[in-house]
Parts: sequence; C-alpha cells; structure tokens
Amino acid sequence: MKTVNAIEVNHLTKEFGNKTAVDDISFDVKQGEVFGLLGPNGAGKTTTLRMITTLLKSSGGSVKIFGHDTAKEGRLARSMFGLTGQYASVDEDISARENLMIFARLNGLSRAASKQRTQELLTEFSLVNSADKSLKDFSGGMRRRLDLAVSLITRPALIFLDEPTTGLDPRTRTQMWETIRKLVAQGSTIVLTTQYLDEADQLADRIAVIDHGKLVKIGTPEELKKQIGGTKLNFTIDKAAQMTIAVQLMTKQLGESINQTGQRLSAVLNNISQLAPLLDTLQRSKIAISDLTVQEPSLDDVFMNLTVGKN
Amino acid sequence: MEVKTSRGNLIMNTATMAYRNLLRTFHNPDRFMDVIIQPVMFMLMFGYLFGGAIAGNVQNYLPTIVPGILIQTMLSASSGSGEQIREDLDSGVFDRFKSLPMAHIAPLAGQLFADILRLVIAAVVSLTTGYLMGWRPAAGLGWVVVVGLLAVFTGWAISWIFALLGLLAKNASTVSSFSLIVMLALSFLSNAFIPINTLSKTMKVIAYMNPITYVITAIRQILATGSWTHEAVLVLIFGIGIVAVFAPLTVWAYNRNN
Repeated sequence: MKTVNAIEVNHLTKEFGNKTAVDDISFDVKQGEVFGLLGPNGAGKTTTLRMITTLLKSSGGSVKIFGHDTAKEGRLARSMFGLTGQYASVDEDISARENLMIFARLNGLSRAASKQRTQELLTEFSLVNSADKSLKDFSGGMRRRLDLAVSLITRPALIFLDEPTTGLDPRTRTQMWETIRKLVAQGSTIVLTTQYLDEADQLADRIAVIDHGKLVKIGTPEELKKQIGGTKLNFTIDKAAQMTIAVQLMTKQLGESINQTGQRLSAVLNNISQLAPLLDTLQRSKIAISDLTVQEPSLDDVFMNLTVGKN
Repeated sequence: MEVKTSRGNLIMNTATMAYRNLLRTFHNPDRFMDVIIQPVMFMLMFGYLFGGAIAGNVQNYLPTIVPGILIQTMLSASSGSGEQIREDLDSGVFDRFKSLPMAHIAPLAGQLFADILRLVIAAVVSLTTGYLMGWRPAAGLGWVVVVGLLAVFTGWAISWIFALLGLLAKNASTVSSFSLIVMLALSFLSNAFIPINTLSKTMKVIAYMNPITYVITAIRQILATGSWTHEAVLVLIFGIGIVAVFAPLTVWAYNRNN
C-alpha cells in the first residue's frame, strides 16, 4: 500500500495587492519527516505556513493534508494537525491549566478526558508547579512549552512549529530542541520554520530555502551545505614576502581558488579536516600566520549563494 | 493516528468560549471597573450637581436621571464587545481558534454571550446606586426588574453594532476611542439628563432623531405607570430589528476576516 504524504503543497501562491508574498511554491512532506522552511524575515515562511494550516486563504494552488484538500475538507484537515504559532497563541489572562482545559474542550474532548489530558500535558512539559499561576509570571520558555502542549492535546500526527525558538535564550532553546526530538522519536511529522541555519541543520531531515516568496532550493542539510561551499577560512600572512609561496601551497592543497586582499587570505574548505594538514604545511614552510578565523556557513552565505543572479 | 472528528457542536463550543471570556474577566477584575465605577460616578455627580438646577432638588431629579444613566451605562458596556473582539483578533490566540476543528463562529458567539453578564452587572449597579440615593419608583420592584431586563436586551442588541465595528476597525484603540465618542454623543444628545422641552428647536430635533431618547422615555413611562406601554413595545421591536440587521452583518464581517 502506498503511504500518503503528510503534506502536499502544489503551486501555492499568495498575493497581497500587487505584492506576491508567496510565489508558486510546491513541495511534499513525507510521514515521519522533519521538514524545515528556512528563510530570512519576510521571506514568506510564515505566510506559507498560515496557508497550509488554513489560517489564510491562498490566492492560488492547493494544499493536501494526509490526502485531504484543505479548501474542501477544512475541518477534517484541521483535526489532523497541531499548530504552534510564532507569537504565543495562548491566553495571557488565564492560567496554564485553564488554557489546556479550554483548548481540550474546543478540540471536542469530553470534560473528563480534558481534565486527564490537561494533567498529562502539565506533567510532560514540567508545568505542574505553575499550572494555576497567571501566565503573566511565565518565562518565555514556559510560555512556549505551554504553547506546544496545547498543540499536542489531540496527539496530532502532524505538528507545525512557526519559529519555535525565536527569542529564547540558548539554554531554553536547547530544551526546546530536545522536546522536538522527543516528538520525532514518537513518530510525529514536523514542519518548522526558522531563520537559523543551525536550527534547521540540527532538527530537519529536509530543508526548503525560501527567499522573496520563492522556493530557492530544497534538500537535506548536507546537500544544502555542499551547495553553499563549506567552511570559510581566513588568516593574515605576517610577512608580505611569503605571500606568493603561501598562495601556491594553499592552492595545491585545497584545489580551490584563494582570495587575496592585501596580506589577508581566504579560502573555502570543503571539509573541516582539511584545516589541520594545511596549517601543518604552512608551519613546516616557516610561514607565520595570525588572525585565523574559521567560519561555518551562515544563513547570509546560503542566500548569497542560492539567490545570486536570481533577483 | 488519533483523529478527533468534532461534529462542530456549535452550542458546546460557544459555551466553552463564553466560559473562557468569563474566566478572563474574573482574572482581570479591572475589565469590570468601567461598568461599575462609571455609573456610580455619573449618578452621584449628575444627581448632586445638577439635581437642584434641573429639577429643584436631587429627589425630583432621580426619576429623570436613573433611566438616563442606566441606558448610558448600557451603551458603554456594550461598546466593550467591539474592543474585546478586536483585541482577540489581533492576538495569537485567535490563530489557534481558527486552526481548531471547532464551530467557526463560536469565538464571536461566545464573546456576545459573555457580554450579557457585563450588561447585567452594569444594570444592577446603576439601579442600586439610584436606590441608595433615594430613588423609589412608583411602579415597584417588579417593574424595576422588567426595566433592567429591557435595558440589558437593548444593550445586547447594540453590542452587535459595536462587534461589527470591532471587526471592521484597524485596531483596538480605534474602536475604543470611536466607541467613547458614540457613547457620549448618543447619551448627551438625548433626554437622558434633561427634560426635552427645555431644549432649543434645533436641539429638540436632534434629540428626537436619537433612538436613545425613545428607549429612555419608554423606561420612564414603565416606571411611572407600572404598565407595559406602547413605547416599550417599540423599544423591544427596535432591539430585535438591530439584532436582525446587525447579527448577519457582523457574522458576514467575521467570516470575511477569516
């Protein structure tokens, strides 16, 4: 039996007046996959997500969730996923327990089932001790946890997370990643948007890069990084007289073009393991270097690389 | 995979949403302050400041001003609907509501049902303040209750207009300032605080064009005569008319927004 895709997005388009916010985007998400939508602010990630989750009407194209067209079977499609929005979509004025209870009831659970599920989720997300406190006293991390808990009331097979860690401190961010990994281990399909390459790298099986409303590239993190060109190496040659020999050695060893600006050299490493032999070679040739930096590809690089000449 | 196929139980969903709105209100008692402090303040200020000038003394002024302030309070309590709806729409919570497999209209319906409580509190506070100041309507307590219910119904009908406004407006503060202006204009350019025969010709025309004038007149008549008057029937029809016109419009605007 052919397994149905968790999501099928076909030629999805959104126009706001004259502006095309999302421009003919198509992709599939398989069941059990973690799919990342990566792009800078205003690229159209959230708009895409809002259309997929039926919050926003599309100007064109279609979305199927587990085979159900969201335009025709909206309510059925909505019953199959949980959504955690970019801005805490919980009620500020009431407690965590009340939030969970109300959303459980709105999801169609009976009063008894709602009570039980609320208690389970409070425990699972370590919110039991703050369950009856006002959300105003909650930290950003607690709010996100509650937000995620609310999305999981019906144990949906598909979970949407819109920038799940934006604005969180590094520690809470790692905690959030762990929670997401746990969901993956339980077999959930996850679609998340992010503007951080490392986050997409850490969590996603496949990444779609979106820029100016267009899908620029889709692939695994490895494929994407290959396209970007790997790690950037920068250093300064202390003695100008050694410039030529240094460039020769590097070209030989890396097989890549070396950029030279004054006494500063930069090159791209396809693999970080190229670094040690190179430094060793330079040392043996008695070429002194300083100001060494090794830079992992940043999102800027992704976009520089992927969108060059396209806009 | 557990799929909850809700039958879209509109009544259940609406009840849950109304419960949510009430919870929010009880967690933030300041949401009640406008409907509690305002009628008390207006009743005391107007009663003791203008009572002598307008009616000879405070006691004689009370039959004029109690119905006036009752309706003014209903107006300002009902204007809260629009503000709340706009606030909700602008918050992230609303996205969540929309993404749930629930009855689509329930958030709006829940809001309008929860508003009834605000209106009831406002009516009780207004009438009680009047009583404490010495107001003893000839018709008796039974008719006071009838008048309270009529006022709440009128206020509820008007809250559909403000709900529509909330759906069409850009943000909550626009709704709030516009509502204040409407409330002040409607209540002051009527017979709420003064006998209408003291007005100039132009002002009389304006006051008679104001539907609030007829609501207040009807309430004064019920309280004076202790009977269900012709005017009271008109007020009831007027309220039903507003709901008949504005409820579909509000639902239309709500669906358009979504």
